[in-house]
Amino acid sequence: MNNNRHLISILMENEAGALSRVANLFSARGYNIESLTVAPTDDPTLSRLTLVTYGNEQIIEQIVKQLNKLIDVVKLIDLSETDAIERELMLVKTKASGEQRAEMKRLADIFGGHVLDVTEATYTIELTGTGSKLDNFLRAIEKEAILEVVRSGATGIALGQKALRA
Amino acid sequence: MELITGAEILVRCLKEEGVECMFGYPGGAVLHIYDALYAQDHIKHVLVRHEQAAVHAAEGYARASGKTGVVLVTSGPGVTNAVTGIADAYMDSIPLVVFSGQVPTALIGNDAFQEVDAVGITRPCVKHNFLVRDIKNLAETIKKAFYIASTGRPGPVLIDLPKDITIGKAEFHYPKKVKLRSYNPTVKGHAGQIRKAVDLILSAKRPVIYTGGGVILSEGSPELVELAQLLGYPITNTLMGLGAYPATDRQFIGMLGMHGTYEANMAMHHCDVLIAIGARFDDRVTGKIDKFCPEAKIVHVDIDPSSISKNVLVDIPIVGSVPSVLRGMINVIRDEKLKPDAEALDRWWRQIDEWRAMKSLSYRQSDEVIKPQYVIQKLYQVTEGKAIITSDVGQHQMWAAQYYLFDRPRQWINSGGLGTMGFGLPAAMGAKLAFPDQDVACVTGDGSIQMMLQELSTMKQYYTPVKIVNLNNGYLGMVRQWQEFFYQKRYSMTYLEALPNFVMLAEAYGHVGMRIEKPGDVEGALREAFAMKDRTVFLDFITDQGENVFPMIPSGGGQNEMLLAERDEMVSTHDEGMVLL
Repeated sequence: MNNNRHLISILMENEAGALSRVANLFSARGYNIESLTVAPTDDPTLSRLTLVTYGNEQIIEQIVKQLNKLIDVVKLIDLSETDAIERELMLVKTKASGEQRAEMKRLADIFGGHVLDVTEATYTIELTGTGSKLDNFLRAIEKEAILEVVRSGATGIALGQKALRA
Repeated sequence: MELITGAEILVRCLKEEGVECMFGYPGGAVLHIYDALYAQDHIKHVLVRHEQAAVHAAEGYARASGKTGVVLVTSGPGVTNAVTGIADAYMDSIPLVVFSGQVPTALIGNDAFQEVDAVGITRPCVKHNFLVRDIKNLAETIKKAFYIASTGRPGPVLIDLPKDITIGKAEFHYPKKVKLRSYNPTVKGHAGQIRKAVDLILSAKRPVIYTGGGVILSEGSPELVELAQLLGYPITNTLMGLGAYPATDRQFIGMLGMHGTYEANMAMHHCDVLIAIGARFDDRVTGKIDKFCPEAKIVHVDIDPSSISKNVLVDIPIVGSVPSVLRGMINVIRDEKLKPDAEALDRWWRQIDEWRAMKSLSYRQSDEVIKPQYVIQKLYQVTEGKAIITSDVGQHQMWAAQYYLFDRPRQWINSGGLGTMGFGLPAAMGAKLAFPDQDVACVTGDGSIQMMLQELSTMKQYYTPVKIVNLNNGYLGMVRQWQEFFYQKRYSMTYLEALPNFVMLAEAYGHVGMRIEKPGDVEGALREAFAMKDRTVFLDFITDQGENVFPMIPSGGGQNEMLLAERDEMVSTHDEGMVLL
């Protein structure tokens, strides 16, 4: 069975310790966790946590069941099993001097990025997109030009009328 | 409305929950709670001698009675000592509410005296836990804790109480009901799944019913007996499930698993339909997973969806409470007057009887030295099969499970999942407090008993006369057995030199001690001990040092690869099996 990538989005009680319970579950049961992002929702009593994990069908089924078993978890959706949009935010600080400067701006434009901060020698670029798009940008620019990379981890939402609400 | 302290709120909540008995140990952070307990007389508090024993005693109480066990410990070492017991309850799904003291809110995180992160330490081994930060939430939190602990798949819930919360004052209002939007266990099984399951069950030529602790926890024994007898199918119980179906009934084919009977394991291996009820396909039951029930279609009934298809993929999962789902099955079978395949069943029973004729639990009796199995058989006879039996962990536990025939649920109390040595004695005390009029015996060994010996003192103070059946072979027997079979008899750290004189020890604690060395004295000693209704009696049986638990499936083996006593050469298990332990 294949280890497929899954984007799981969880609606949970916005309470101290809820995040630890999720993180704990993954470490205690030996599941992979690639990224994790969490913030309160429009309803301040609820948090939305989105994580990326890998596993075969049986493991993903267990992960979903074990997450549902946590008392703080209200609802969850495996966004990989439905039509969904996935987005991740990345901030990149790059070298930007001489000839490099124009090229860097051009690449940022091609990838739909914005330059947020400019110094004589650097750009700080903001990009959003799927994880693979962000990877592609990092591949497109010279490796030596990268000074710092910050990624938010993937988050997502289902397409159409489907909504994850309490 | 009158303002009362947090400590008083706690005590009032316990009263509202109908708590009659709790177990604990005081300390700085819980002084206010102990003061509130002093001022009342409807809850009996049992002062143990070690916090681990408080939890095991509460487990014994809960396992025997079905009620939620209650524990109160102080912060720091109080709660860390309790962790083993909490983990034990978690593994066996025992409903407990554990209150731990905590340093005052303002000091949390400052490495204060006797501070530990109780919520963090217990998180992986509780069903849920709470830190109360506002006294206004205290009563509702306690209500939630009892609700969560006792519903769905039960388990321990911990409430961490900073000292200032117990001192502060608030109005007392106990909610009649709590509703958690994030917690709604499924009770009623899906009708369509039940229908599909019934069709598969009735199509079986070689069926086996395999049931676990879930049947006992859910009080599903009457429905199980009814269904099993309606079908006439063979039934086997896990270590945790013993007593859910009467062991003396002909349809019962014994415990299954590593030390289960030959007939139970062979029937599992050859069955075409497996009906798993409230069991979780533990590795001690399945043996090597890819050799498990190779020909079977599997129905699995469990209240915990995560137990289904966790270790073994099943064909028809049914999430729900055991009695409710079984009642649904019985109704379908009765309403439609469905009948199993009588001819096939007859053939199947003849095959099972052949396996049964192997008498896999036979052992060689001796006139010289006491055989541990013999002690359990005599214990069964002397108590007429009616006593509540608790056990510790090791060879004696397996012998108790094999040779005492449990005919009713909650009669057999042991640490199945975590395998906690030291469990037996405090659990016996808890069971005796739940049922003061019943005989309670703790089957233990010279290793296990020494892990919780101090509770002999508690048992004196609270008058819990139990009979301690110590199968004393001078070894950590189960480990010794594995060293004999798989480590070429290198008995590393398993011989217990300098054992105490248990008779004098029992007497030092104010109990009766007896040492029994001859097989001929076993029955008389047991009769004498059980005749002393009001005394705790420590029976120290000096047993055969080399006796092993049989039958046995070595790790890595399949269910059809059993070793029977004195018939098979013990072969070293496969390397793969060694990893499995």
